[in-house]
Amino acid sequence: MQFIFRFIVGGLVVSLFAVLADVLEPKSFAGLFGASPSIALATLGLTISAGGHNYAAMEARSMIIGAAAFFFYACVTIQLIMKLEWRATPAAVSALAVWLGVAVGGWALVLR
Amino acid sequence: MRVSFDLAALKKTTWREYAIRFLFGGAVTVIAGVLAKLYGPAFGGLFLAFPAIFPASATLLEKHQREKNQAAGTSRAIRGRQAAALDARGAAMGSVGLAVFALMVWKLLPSWDGASTVGAALATWFVVSFLLWHMRKRRTFFRTKSF
Repeated sequence: MQFIFRFIVGGLVVSLFAVLADVLEPKSFAGLFGASPSIALATLGLTISAGGHNYAAMEARSMIIGAAAFFFYACVTIQLIMKLEWRATPAAVSALAVWLGVAVGGWALVLR
Repeated sequence: MRVSFDLAALKKTTWREYAIRFLFGGAVTVIAGVLAKLYGPAFGGLFLAFPAIFPASATLLEKHQREKNQAAGTSRAIRGRQAAALDARGAAMGSVGLAVFALMVWKLLPSWDGASTVGAALATWFVVSFLLWHMRKRRTFFRTKSF
């Protein structure tokens, strides 16, 4: 039941920020909303109520590494699109491997 | 450059595309919860910063730009790519704000209540992201080739 609620709240929050990114101009500004804390907003309330403040704070500490991985992800995506002339979809999807590598690597090096 | 709303962009997105984003966002949120349960909060927390919005947004942006060019009788695929790259540059700046959001939640949550912590962190995310974007516009930071 908790996962169904999580799914619905997550879908709604991500959709809300995605719509904001769609309608805002210029697109470099709208892009800020592509890196909004949508998943965190959807889950933190539930995490705090289920696991407590310290548990949620531990998740937030790891989120810093996830955000650093996001920065590398966005930089690699720009290079794939502009330097290698990839289309947006393959560039944005392929670069998810970079996010995963940097995030898990950072976790293994710093937090494990 | 002024920030504005283009509400016509809402009509360009199909219901299928809205549904895909909803399903993707919901799925990532559930996966983050499952991973935290299986491997602990230190691992699950990584996924709170997963790029859940950007891939679909960049794809739609490129598609809409391509359709606009075709309607205007031009076939410059490069315009669509440039729009997606601009979106990615904004996301790179937003990710710095995202890190500050996480830092605030990490430091404040043990002593503050949840709503105040998340509210303050969200406001800081926006201010930090906006200032980076504004400084970039004024070319005082991130001196890179403009496109």
